[in-house]
Amino acid sequence: MRFFLRRGIFYLITFWAAMTINFFIPRIMPGDPVSAMLARNQGKISPDAIEALKALFGLDENMSLWQQYTTYWSLLLHGNLGMSFTNREPVVDILARSLPWTIGLVGIATIISFTVGTLAGTAIGWRRGTRADILLPISTFFSSVPYFWLALIIISIFSVNLGWFPSNGSYDRSMVPNWSWEFVGSVIYYGTLPALTIIITSISGWILGMRNMMVTVSSDDYVTVAQAKGLSERKVMFGYASRNAILPQLSSFALSLGFIVGGTLVMETVFSYQGIGYHLLTATSNKDYPLMQGCFLVITVAVLLANICADFAYGVLDPRTRQEG
Amino acid sequence: MSALAEPRAPRAAQPAKDPVLEIKNLSVDYGYDEPTHVLRQVSLTLNRGEVLGLAGESGCGKSTLAYAATRLLPPPGLITGGQVLFTGRDGAKQDILALNDKDLRASRWQDMAIVFQGAMNSLNPVHRIGRQIADAITAHVPSMGKKDALDKAADLLDLVGINPDRLRDFPHQLSGGMRQRVMIAMALALDPQVLIMDEPTTALDVVMQRQIVEQIADLRERLGFSVIFITHDVSLLIEIADRIAIMYAGEIVEEAAAQDVYRRPRHPYADGLLHSFPPLRGPRRELGGIAGSPPDMAKLPTGCPFRPRCAFAFDACSAIQPELAPSAVPGDDPTRRVACHLHTPDLVTAAGFEPRPLPERLTTP
Repeated sequence: MRFFLRRGIFYLITFWAAMTINFFIPRIMPGDPVSAMLARNQGKISPDAIEALKALFGLDENMSLWQQYTTYWSLLLHGNLGMSFTNREPVVDILARSLPWTIGLVGIATIISFTVGTLAGTAIGWRRGTRADILLPISTFFSSVPYFWLALIIISIFSVNLGWFPSNGSYDRSMVPNWSWEFVGSVIYYGTLPALTIIITSISGWILGMRNMMVTVSSDDYVTVAQAKGLSERKVMFGYASRNAILPQLSSFALSLGFIVGGTLVMETVFSYQGIGYHLLTATSNKDYPLMQGCFLVITVAVLLANICADFAYGVLDPRTRQEG
Repeated sequence: MSALAEPRAPRAAQPAKDPVLEIKNLSVDYGYDEPTHVLRQVSLTLNRGEVLGLAGESGCGKSTLAYAATRLLPPPGLITGGQVLFTGRDGAKQDILALNDKDLRASRWQDMAIVFQGAMNSLNPVHRIGRQIADAITAHVPSMGKKDALDKAADLLDLVGINPDRLRDFPHQLSGGMRQRVMIAMALALDPQVLIMDEPTTALDVVMQRQIVEQIADLRERLGFSVIFITHDVSLLIEIADRIAIMYAGEIVEEAAAQDVYRRPRHPYADGLLHSFPPLRGPRRELGGIAGSPPDMAKLPTGCPFRPRCAFAFDACSAIQPELAPSAVPGDDPTRRVACHLHTPDLVTAAGFEPRPLPERLTTP
């Protein structure tokens, strides 16, 4: 139990540090966001609004840095991330609207990729030297194809030429989002191609990693002992070999979960999928600082959360890590 | 020190011949295209209740023999011939090498259990040791529940002198000696008739070595299993083994009662091996060692593989391969076997060479 407590405290401190950096970055950027915005709007913003904007960014010159910092935290803890310039609505609302799409699509795709890849890697590693090894170069080939390019190829084959799947969007625009089977079906239908792109490009990493670990672990003494004990093939493979081989996979999985939120920018742009990555891109090109900051906050928190999960899962799965701090 | 410290005389009460494991002409190759013959026609018999020591330098095929006899040989090892006959308690013989997968799994651990070289790595790091002992039991006795299997595991730990509280420990919480004890407890879980111990004490310090060896001897007395004890430490073998087989370059070169090997070695290699370490007691003797190094198994010389290092080699040794035969020294135990041309003058004459008399060094009465 002390292990989990210690890790929890560690993550609290990390979160504080990340948020503090998030606070300082806009303040050390050359120029200030308000003048950048003024320049972009060419004087169409009233002087009153300038003051309001400055207050919004915490750029109020009357406040000391410390005051700004405490205000920042109080706003943050109240879930107030400011207003987006371009969309003229609270950043929180935009994030709340787009986050489920990204997590749903990329999260599910990543989990499928990890599960299938790890299982395939287990099987290939267990039967190394057989014909199953041919899967390796094939999957490696697909993973080395650039992400956006594969996405375009997939669109051109399955959407433009065959017409099986839509080329963009996340659901049929004629429908109203609700929890009916029809709508969910449409979401799955629209999500197939983007998910396929993610799975194809990422699965070989899982296969290769797991296969290599299986080969390494299979020659370990305890696997031989398990064989000598006369345990069933299944039990040796899952209880002894892959049970140990999966440990390093887990850390990579946690990292990739963290990148779900930020790393799908390209995919969401190609498929015009209205997730976080899409908003991050538009926010960056429009210098929409509050939205950018909000996106970064979400990414940071996602990486932290994923790491917490992996850490705790590791603690549960590998008794050796529970020992030292 | 216990009674073990004193080298024992061969057991008189031992029944003459009641083989529990007979290895016949076992051959193993490594590699497929240009195979290296690492075991060549090895025959060895383990009698019921006996401790058979298997000694030799690194790379002579001791461990390969253990792995091959249990069909645990990792690729590219390949058993190319021979039989491993196991005689059950009911007297039925079966060839381990001919069993199908299902029967082999059922036979493993039940008939023959193994304690491996690396005590450090023989336990699965992510499972509690109790569970690891219990899963061997439940795999063979499916009717036994998890609870009962764990109780049995606790008894087994007690048997090897570990507090049963340790059942819920993970391997990394145990010391090296304790881990090896756990492995021994695990090996005894199904009351096997044969225990193969592949250098079980190599990674341990001498005090722990002594304790483990005494423990094995003690358990053997109580439970009556047979042991094949593999080690390169001949001095250790002399204390625990009833019979000793010396291996060289994938072959057995001498096989005899432990005291006979110790006091009256008949093969030049066994002689060299015994003169490479100081005796713990008894008269001082000169330490010699064996010049040269073991041959490259891929490029074995013709004739006797020990010839290049042998002080007594003569012309016949490079021409014909020696075979295991009774010792030529009068008055020797008729069951002891040596593979040396000095002991087979008939074979040498038949091949058209002049036999040599046995040197004095190899004829100690």
